[in-house]
Amino acid sequence: MHSEFHISQTDPRPMYLQIKEQIRHRIAVGELKSGDEIPSIRALAAQIRVSVITIKRAYLELEMEGVIQTRQGRGSFVADDAQLGDSLKEQELDQHLIAAVQAGALAGITGEALLERLREIERIQGKRQS
Amino acid sequence: MSTVISTDAFTMQNVSKSFRYFRLEGLNLSLSQGQIMGLVGPNGAGKSTTIRLLMGLLQPETGSIQVQGHRMPDQGHVAKREVAFVSDEMSLFTTATLEWHMRFIASIYPDWDEVYARQLLKRFNLQPKQGIKGMSRGEHVKSMLLLALARRPRLLVLDEPTSGLDPVARHELLSELMQIVRDDTRSILFSSHNTLDVERISDQIAFIDRGRLVDARDKESFLERWRRLSIDVPAGVTLPRLAHVVDLSLGERLATLTTDHYEPALHSLLEKSGARVHEVQRMTLEEIFVASVMRSRTEGES
Repeated sequence: MHSEFHISQTDPRPMYLQIKEQIRHRIAVGELKSGDEIPSIRALAAQIRVSVITIKRAYLELEMEGVIQTRQGRGSFVADDAQLGDSLKEQELDQHLIAAVQAGALAGITGEALLERLREIERIQGKRQS
Repeated sequence: MSTVISTDAFTMQNVSKSFRYFRLEGLNLSLSQGQIMGLVGPNGAGKSTTIRLLMGLLQPETGSIQVQGHRMPDQGHVAKREVAFVSDEMSLFTTATLEWHMRFIASIYPDWDEVYARQLLKRFNLQPKQGIKGMSRGEHVKSMLLLALARRPRLLVLDEPTSGLDPVARHELLSELMQIVRDDTRSILFSSHNTLDVERISDQIAFIDRGRLVDARDKESFLERWRRLSIDVPAGVTLPRLAHVVDLSLGERLATLTTDHYEPALHSLLEKSGARVHEVQRMTLEEIFVASVMRSRTEGES
Protein backbone atom coordinates (compact mmCIF):
# COMPACT_ATOMS: atom_id res chain seq x y z
CA MET A 1 0.00 0.00 0.00
CA HIS A 2 1.27 3.45 -0.84
CA SER A 3 0.28 5.71 2.03
CA GLU A 4 0.73 4.59 5.61
CA PHE A 5 -2.01 3.67 8.03
CA HIS A 6 -2.18 5.62 11.25
CA ILE A 7 -3.83 4.29 14.35
CA SER A 8 -4.71 6.74 17.08
CA GLN A 9 -5.04 5.71 20.70
CA THR A 10 -6.96 8.87 21.51
CA ASP A 11 -9.58 8.20 18.82
CA PRO A 12 -12.76 7.01 20.61
CA ARG A 13 -13.24 4.34 17.92
CA PRO A 14 -11.58 1.01 18.71
CA MET A 15 -8.44 0.19 16.74
CA TYR A 16 -10.03 -2.54 14.62
CA LEU A 17 -12.70 -0.05 13.44
CA GLN A 18 -10.09 2.55 12.56
CA ILE A 19 -8.30 -0.02 10.41
CA LYS A 20 -11.56 -1.10 8.72
CA GLU A 21 -12.52 2.48 7.96
CA GLN A 22 -9.07 3.35 6.59
CA ILE A 23 -9.19 0.40 4.20
CA ARG A 24 -12.76 1.22 3.12
CA HIS A 25 -11.78 4.84 2.58
CA ARG A 26 -8.77 3.86 0.46
CA ILE A 27 -11.09 1.84 -1.76
CA ALA A 28 -13.73 4.60 -1.86
CA VAL A 29 -11.24 7.21 -3.11
CA GLY A 30 -9.55 4.80 -5.52
CA GLU A 31 -6.19 4.52 -3.70
CA LEU A 32 -6.93 0.78 -3.70
CA LYS A 33 -8.72 -0.76 -6.67
CA SER A 34 -10.69 -3.96 -6.99
CA GLY A 35 -8.35 -6.95 -7.17
CA ASP A 36 -5.40 -5.09 -5.56
CA GLU A 37 -3.41 -7.04 -3.02
CA ILE A 38 -3.45 -5.72 0.54
CA PRO A 39 -0.77 -6.58 3.16
CA SER A 40 -1.04 -9.88 5.04
CA ILE A 41 -2.41 -9.69 8.57
CA ARG A 42 1.02 -10.10 10.18
CA ALA A 43 2.71 -7.69 7.76
CA LEU A 44 0.17 -4.94 8.49
CA ALA A 45 0.42 -5.64 12.24
CA ALA A 46 4.20 -5.12 12.06
CA GLN A 47 3.86 -2.04 9.84
CA ILE A 48 1.52 -0.16 12.17
CA ARG A 49 2.58 -1.80 15.47
CA VAL A 50 -0.88 -3.09 16.35
CA SER A 51 -1.62 -6.62 17.60
CA VAL A 52 -2.25 -9.40 15.09
CA ILE A 53 -5.61 -10.20 16.67
CA THR A 54 -6.87 -6.65 16.00
CA ILE A 55 -5.91 -6.74 12.31
CA LYS A 56 -7.42 -10.23 12.05
CA ARG A 57 -10.73 -8.94 13.36
CA ALA A 58 -10.76 -6.00 10.93
CA TYR A 59 -9.98 -8.29 7.96
CA LEU A 60 -12.60 -10.85 9.01
CA GLU A 61 -15.33 -8.23 9.18
CA LEU A 62 -14.27 -6.66 5.86
CA GLU A 63 -14.44 -10.13 4.36
CA MET A 64 -17.95 -10.70 5.68
CA GLU A 65 -18.99 -7.32 4.28
CA GLY A 66 -17.67 -8.37 0.87
CA VAL A 67 -15.01 -5.65 0.79
CA ILE A 68 -11.95 -7.92 0.71
CA GLN A 69 -11.24 -11.56 -0.10
CA THR A 70 -8.62 -13.77 1.48
CA ARG A 71 -7.34 -16.62 -0.62
CA GLN A 72 -5.68 -19.35 1.42
CA GLY A 73 -1.93 -19.14 1.06
CA ARG A 74 -2.08 -16.33 -1.50
CA GLY A 75 -2.94 -13.30 0.58
CA SER A 76 -5.76 -10.78 0.85
CA PHE A 77 -7.21 -8.74 -2.01
CA VAL A 78 -9.77 -6.02 -2.56
CA ALA A 79 -12.96 -7.76 -3.72
CA ASP A 80 -13.48 -8.22 -7.46
CA ASP A 81 -16.30 -5.76 -7.79
CA ALA A 82 -16.02 -2.77 -10.10
CA GLN A 83 -18.84 -0.96 -8.22
CA LEU A 84 -17.19 -1.40 -4.80
CA GLY A 85 -15.58 2.06 -4.66
CA ASP A 86 -18.88 3.76 -5.49
CA SER A 87 -20.93 1.71 -3.07
CA LEU A 88 -18.43 2.40 -0.26
CA LYS A 89 -18.67 6.11 -1.05
CA GLU A 90 -22.45 5.88 -0.79
CA GLN A 91 -22.19 4.01 2.50
CA GLU A 92 -19.89 6.73 3.84
CA LEU A 93 -22.46 9.33 2.80
CA ASP A 94 -25.29 7.38 4.41
CA GLN A 95 -23.45 7.37 7.74
CA HIS A 96 -23.24 11.17 7.69
CA LEU A 97 -26.91 11.42 6.68
CA ILE A 98 -27.95 9.14 9.54
CA ALA A 99 -26.04 11.37 11.94
CA ALA A 100 -27.74 14.43 10.39
CA VAL A 101 -31.21 12.89 10.76
CA GLN A 102 -30.48 12.06 14.42
CA ALA A 103 -29.12 15.53 15.16
CA GLY A 104 -32.13 17.01 13.34
CA ALA A 105 -34.55 15.01 15.46
CA LEU A 106 -32.86 16.33 18.62
CA ALA A 107 -33.23 19.91 17.35
CA GLY A 108 -36.81 19.34 16.16
CA ILE A 109 -35.87 19.76 12.49
CA THR A 110 -37.26 16.87 10.41
CA GLY A 111 -38.73 16.02 7.02
CA GLU A 112 -39.10 18.95 4.56
CA ALA A 113 -37.46 21.35 7.02
CA LEU A 114 -34.37 19.13 7.18
CA LEU A 115 -34.22 18.85 3.37
CA GLU A 116 -34.60 22.64 3.06
CA ARG A 117 -31.72 23.04 5.49
CA LEU A 118 -29.60 20.64 3.43
CA ARG A 119 -30.33 22.57 0.19
CA GLU A 120 -29.41 25.81 1.93
CA ILE A 121 -26.07 24.39 3.14
CA GLU A 122 -25.36 22.96 -0.31
CA ARG A 123 -25.99 26.42 -1.82
CA ILE A 124 -23.65 28.16 0.67
CA GLN A 125 -20.90 25.56 0.10
CA GLY A 126 -21.25 25.96 -3.67
CA LYS A 127 -20.76 29.73 -3.34
CA ARG A 128 -17.71 29.31 -1.13
CA GLN A 129 -15.99 26.99 -3.55
CA SER A 130 -16.65 29.08 -6.67
CA MET B 1 16.28 -29.71 17.27
CA SER B 2 12.99 -31.04 18.64
CA THR B 3 10.70 -32.69 16.11
CA VAL B 4 7.60 -32.41 18.28
CA ILE B 5 5.67 -29.26 17.45
CA SER B 6 3.92 -28.07 20.56
CA THR B 7 0.90 -25.85 20.17
CA ASP B 8 1.68 -23.57 23.07
CA ALA B 9 4.60 -21.24 23.70
CA PHE B 10 4.03 -21.96 27.39
CA THR B 11 1.47 -23.52 29.70
CA MET B 12 1.11 -23.11 33.47
CA GLN B 13 -1.39 -25.35 35.21
CA ASN B 14 -2.50 -24.83 38.78
CA VAL B 15 0.85 -23.33 39.75
CA SER B 16 1.33 -22.19 43.35
CA LYS B 17 4.31 -20.78 45.19
CA SER B 18 4.56 -19.35 48.70
CA PHE B 19 6.88 -16.83 50.21
CA ARG B 20 6.86 -15.41 53.69
CA TYR B 21 4.58 -12.48 52.87
CA PHE B 22 3.19 -13.51 49.52
CA ARG B 23 1.50 -16.47 47.86
CA LEU B 24 0.88 -17.10 44.18
CA GLU B 25 -2.20 -19.30 44.10
CA GLY B 26 -3.43 -21.81 41.49
CA LEU B 27 -2.27 -19.97 38.41
CA ASN B 28 -3.53 -21.23 35.03
CA LEU B 29 -2.10 -19.42 32.04
CA SER B 30 -1.08 -20.36 28.51
CA LEU B 31 -0.02 -18.69 25.29
CA SER B 32 -0.33 -20.02 21.72
CA GLN B 33 2.60 -19.76 19.29
CA GLY B 34 2.76 -16.57 17.29
CA GLN B 35 1.03 -14.44 19.89
CA ILE B 36 1.94 -11.63 22.25
CA MET B 37 0.68 -11.71 25.82
CA GLY B 38 0.66 -8.67 28.09
CA LEU B 39 0.79 -9.37 31.81
CA VAL B 40 -0.70 -6.50 33.82
CA GLY B 41 -0.81 -6.09 37.58
CA PRO B 42 -0.10 -3.63 40.40
CA ASN B 43 3.28 -3.67 42.16
CA GLY B 44 3.66 -6.83 44.20
CA ALA B 45 0.84 -8.63 42.34
CA GLY B 46 3.03 -11.58 41.37
CA LYS B 47 4.07 -10.67 37.81
CA SER B 48 7.78 -11.22 38.41
CA THR B 49 7.15 -14.40 40.40
CA THR B 50 5.05 -15.74 37.51
CA ILE B 51 7.81 -14.95 35.04
CA ARG B 52 10.55 -16.41 37.25
CA LEU B 53 8.56 -19.64 37.66
CA LEU B 54 8.14 -19.79 33.89
CA MET B 55 11.88 -19.29 33.37
CA GLY B 56 12.69 -22.13 35.75
CA LEU B 57 14.30 -19.77 38.26
CA LEU B 58 11.83 -20.87 40.94
CA GLN B 59 10.47 -24.30 41.76
CA PRO B 60 6.63 -24.42 41.92
CA GLU B 61 5.04 -26.07 44.96
CA THR B 62 2.05 -27.37 43.00
CA GLY B 63 1.13 -27.64 39.36
CA SER B 64 3.09 -28.02 36.14
CA ILE B 65 4.88 -25.65 33.80
CA GLN B 66 5.89 -26.22 30.18
CA VAL B 67 7.88 -23.80 28.06
CA GLN B 68 8.14 -24.50 24.31
CA GLY B 69 7.11 -28.07 25.17
CA HIS B 70 9.81 -28.50 27.83
CA ARG B 71 8.92 -29.25 31.44
CA MET B 72 10.20 -26.62 33.83
CA PRO B 73 12.37 -26.40 35.78
CA ASP B 74 13.87 -29.89 35.05
CA GLN B 75 14.35 -29.27 31.32
CA GLY B 76 15.24 -25.64 31.79
CA HIS B 77 18.67 -26.15 30.24
CA VAL B 78 17.00 -27.22 26.93
CA ALA B 79 14.32 -24.52 27.04
CA LYS B 80 17.00 -21.88 27.64
CA ARG B 81 18.28 -22.25 24.07
CA GLU B 82 14.90 -21.20 22.65
CA VAL B 83 13.93 -18.62 25.24
CA ALA B 84 15.36 -15.18 25.97
CA PHE B 85 14.53 -13.31 29.14
CA VAL B 86 15.15 -9.70 30.09
CA SER B 87 14.30 -8.26 33.49
CA ASP B 88 14.72 -4.94 35.17
CA GLU B 89 16.63 -6.67 37.94
CA MET B 90 19.29 -8.17 35.68
CA SER B 91 22.63 -6.55 35.18
CA LEU B 92 25.39 -6.86 32.63
CA PHE B 93 29.06 -7.04 33.67
CA THR B 94 29.89 -3.49 34.61
CA THR B 95 33.60 -3.85 33.84
CA ALA B 96 33.00 -5.02 30.23
CA THR B 97 31.76 -3.29 27.05
CA LEU B 98 28.58 -4.00 25.10
CA GLU B 99 30.70 -5.51 22.30
CA TRP B 100 32.28 -7.95 24.76
CA HIS B 101 28.78 -9.07 25.80
CA MET B 102 27.76 -9.47 22.16
CA ARG B 103 30.73 -11.77 21.47
CA PHE B 104 30.04 -13.66 24.68
CA ILE B 105 26.33 -14.31 23.88
CA ALA B 106 27.21 -15.16 20.25
CA SER B 107 29.62 -17.85 21.46
CA ILE B 108 26.92 -19.52 23.58
CA TYR B 109 23.88 -19.29 21.31
CA PRO B 110 24.26 -20.62 17.76
CA ASP B 111 21.19 -18.71 16.51
CA TRP B 112 22.85 -15.36 17.26
CA ASP B 113 22.20 -13.00 14.31
CA GLU B 114 25.18 -10.66 13.96
CA VAL B 115 23.66 -8.64 11.10
CA TYR B 116 20.51 -8.01 13.12
CA ALA B 117 22.61 -7.15 16.19
CA ARG B 118 24.43 -4.45 14.17
CA GLN B 119 21.09 -3.04 12.95
CA LEU B 120 19.81 -2.92 16.53
CA LEU B 121 22.91 -0.99 17.64
CA LYS B 122 21.89 1.78 15.21
CA ARG B 123 18.16 1.65 15.97
CA PHE B 124 18.74 1.74 19.73
CA ASN B 125 21.47 4.35 19.35
CA LEU B 126 24.07 2.33 21.27
CA GLN B 127 27.88 2.41 21.11
CA PRO B 128 29.41 -1.10 21.13
CA LYS B 129 32.71 0.13 22.57
CA GLN B 130 31.05 1.82 25.51
CA GLY B 131 31.61 0.28 28.91
CA ILE B 132 28.53 -0.85 30.78
CA LYS B 133 29.57 1.18 33.82
CA GLY B 134 29.25 4.49 31.94
CA MET B 135 25.79 3.73 30.59
CA SER B 136 22.57 5.45 31.57
CA ARG B 137 19.70 3.34 32.90
CA GLY B 138 17.99 3.45 29.48
CA GLU B 139 21.17 2.43 27.61
CA HIS B 140 21.64 -0.48 29.99
CA VAL B 141 18.07 -1.70 29.35
CA LYS B 142 18.49 -1.25 25.59
CA SER B 143 21.75 -3.24 25.69
CA MET B 144 20.03 -6.15 27.44
CA LEU B 145 17.17 -6.01 24.94
CA LEU B 146 19.63 -6.06 22.02
CA LEU B 147 21.40 -9.11 23.46
CA ALA B 148 18.04 -10.91 23.83
CA LEU B 149 16.56 -9.91 20.45
CA ALA B 150 19.66 -10.81 18.39
CA ARG B 151 19.49 -14.38 19.72
CA ARG B 152 16.29 -14.75 17.66
CA PRO B 153 14.50 -16.67 20.44
CA ARG B 154 11.28 -18.66 19.86
CA LEU B 155 9.89 -17.15 23.06
CA LEU B 156 10.88 -13.73 24.32
CA VAL B 157 10.02 -12.89 27.92
CA LEU B 158 10.34 -9.29 29.07
CA ASP B 159 9.72 -8.07 32.61
CA GLU B 160 8.80 -4.36 32.43
CA PRO B 161 10.75 -3.79 29.21
CA THR B 162 9.65 -0.21 28.56
CA SER B 163 10.24 1.18 32.03
CA GLY B 164 13.26 3.45 31.92
CA LEU B 165 13.09 3.86 28.14
CA ASP B 166 12.61 7.25 26.51
CA PRO B 167 9.70 7.58 24.03
CA VAL B 168 11.93 7.08 20.97
CA ALA B 169 13.50 3.89 22.35
CA ARG B 170 10.05 2.65 23.38
CA HIS B 171 8.78 3.19 19.85
CA GLU B 172 11.77 1.29 18.43
CA LEU B 173 11.26 -1.57 20.87
CA LEU B 174 7.54 -1.95 20.04
CA SER B 175 8.46 -1.99 16.33
CA GLU B 176 11.00 -4.76 16.93
CA LEU B 177 8.51 -6.78 18.97
CA MET B 178 5.92 -6.55 16.18
CA GLN B 179 8.58 -7.62 13.63
CA ILE B 180 9.20 -10.77 15.70
CA VAL B 181 5.59 -11.97 15.43
CA ARG B 182 5.59 -11.59 11.63
CA ASP B 183 6.82 -15.15 12.13
CA ASP B 184 3.79 -17.04 13.44
CA THR B 185 5.94 -19.50 15.40
CA ARG B 186 7.56 -16.85 17.61
CA SER B 187 5.89 -15.57 20.75
CA ILE B 188 6.33 -12.85 23.35
CA LEU B 189 5.31 -12.49 26.99
CA PHE B 190 5.82 -9.12 28.60
CA SER B 191 4.75 -7.51 31.83
CA SER B 192 4.08 -3.80 31.94
CA HIS B 193 2.56 -0.96 33.87
CA ASN B 194 2.08 0.85 30.61
CA THR B 195 -1.44 -0.24 29.68
CA LEU B 196 -1.33 1.78 26.44
CA ASP B 197 1.54 -0.38 25.15
CA VAL B 198 -0.22 -3.55 26.31
CA GLU B 199 -3.49 -2.47 24.70
CA ARG B 200 -1.78 -1.70 21.44
CA ILE B 201 0.36 -4.78 20.77
CA SER B 202 -1.02 -7.68 22.86
CA ASP B 203 -3.14 -10.47 21.43
CA GLN B 204 -3.77 -11.93 24.88
CA ILE B 205 -4.03 -10.05 28.15
CA ALA B 206 -3.77 -11.38 31.70
CA PHE B 207 -4.58 -9.37 34.83
CA ILE B 208 -3.09 -10.48 38.11
CA ASP B 209 -3.57 -9.05 41.57
CA ARG B 210 -2.53 -10.25 45.04
CA GLY B 211 -1.14 -13.52 43.69
CA ARG B 212 -4.23 -14.51 41.73
CA LEU B 213 -5.22 -14.40 38.10
CA VAL B 214 -8.10 -11.92 37.94
CA ASP B 215 -8.93 -12.39 34.26
CA ALA B 216 -7.22 -13.58 31.07
CA ARG B 217 -8.59 -13.55 27.56
CA ASP B 218 -7.91 -12.21 24.09
CA LYS B 219 -7.72 -8.44 23.84
CA GLU B 220 -10.61 -7.97 21.45
CA SER B 221 -13.06 -9.76 23.81
CA PHE B 222 -11.75 -7.73 26.72
CA LEU B 223 -12.42 -4.46 24.96
CA GLU B 224 -15.71 -5.66 23.44
CA ARG B 225 -17.33 -6.88 26.66
CA TRP B 226 -16.71 -3.90 28.90
CA ARG B 227 -18.84 -0.75 28.63
CA ARG B 228 -19.82 2.17 30.82
CA LEU B 229 -23.44 3.28 30.45
CA SER B 230 -24.76 6.63 31.45
CA ILE B 231 -28.49 6.26 32.20
CA ASP B 232 -31.22 8.88 32.67
CA VAL B 233 -33.51 7.80 35.52
CA PRO B 234 -36.76 9.84 35.58
CA ALA B 235 -38.53 10.47 38.91
CA GLY B 236 -40.35 7.41 40.21
CA VAL B 237 -38.33 4.97 38.10
CA THR B 238 -36.36 2.19 39.77
CA LEU B 239 -33.64 0.42 37.83
CA PRO B 240 -34.24 -3.30 37.35
CA ARG B 241 -31.85 -5.86 38.85
CA LEU B 242 -29.29 -6.61 36.16
CA ALA B 243 -26.67 -9.31 35.83
CA HIS B 244 -22.96 -8.60 35.18
CA VAL B 245 -22.96 -5.19 36.81
CA VAL B 246 -19.40 -4.48 37.94
CA ASP B 247 -20.10 -1.03 39.31
CA LEU B 248 -23.19 1.11 39.74
CA SER B 249 -23.29 4.66 41.00
CA LEU B 250 -26.74 6.13 41.49
CA GLY B 251 -27.66 9.79 41.67
CA GLU B 252 -31.17 11.23 41.87
CA ARG B 253 -31.76 11.39 38.12
CA LEU B 254 -28.62 9.78 36.69
CA ALA B 255 -26.93 6.43 37.02
CA THR B 256 -23.55 5.21 35.77
CA LEU B 257 -23.29 1.50 35.22
CA THR B 258 -20.19 -0.53 34.35
CA THR B 259 -20.69 -3.97 32.87
CA ASP B 260 -18.31 -6.71 31.70
CA HIS B 261 -20.97 -8.42 29.55
CA TYR B 262 -22.32 -5.64 27.37
CA GLU B 263 -25.06 -6.57 24.93
CA PRO B 264 -27.68 -4.47 23.10
CA ALA B 265 -30.47 -6.29 25.01
CA LEU B 266 -29.40 -4.25 28.04
CA HIS B 267 -30.98 -1.17 26.42
CA SER B 268 -34.44 -2.72 26.11
CA LEU B 269 -34.27 -4.06 29.67
CA LEU B 270 -33.49 -0.59 30.99
CA GLU B 271 -36.04 1.13 28.78
CA LYS B 272 -38.80 -1.26 29.87
CA SER B 273 -38.29 0.02 33.41
CA GLY B 274 -38.71 3.62 32.24
CA ALA B 275 -35.02 4.54 32.27
CA ARG B 276 -33.18 5.76 29.17
CA VAL B 277 -29.64 4.98 28.06
CA HIS B 278 -28.07 8.36 27.43
CA GLU B 279 -24.62 7.23 26.37
CA VAL B 280 -22.56 4.07 25.99
CA GLN B 281 -18.82 4.45 26.39
CA ARG B 282 -16.08 2.02 25.51
CA MET B 283 -13.40 1.67 28.16
CA THR B 284 -9.63 1.75 27.89
CA LEU B 285 -7.67 -1.27 29.02
CA GLU B 286 -6.50 0.73 32.02
CA GLU B 287 -10.07 1.44 33.12
CA ILE B 288 -11.01 -2.22 32.60
CA PHE B 289 -7.97 -3.28 34.59
CA VAL B 290 -8.74 -1.01 37.54
CA ALA B 291 -12.42 -2.05 37.59
CA SER B 292 -11.45 -5.76 37.45
CA VAL B 293 -8.99 -5.43 40.30
CA MET B 294 -11.43 -3.44 42.47
CA ARG B 295 -14.13 -6.06 41.94
CA SER B 296 -11.78 -8.94 42.63
CA ARG B 297 -10.62 -7.29 45.87
CA THR B 298 -14.21 -6.66 47.04
CA GLU B 299 -15.13 -10.27 46.31
CA GLY B 300 -12.03 -11.48 48.13
CA GLU B 301 -12.93 -9.47 51.25
CA SER B 302 -16.60 -10.44 51.44
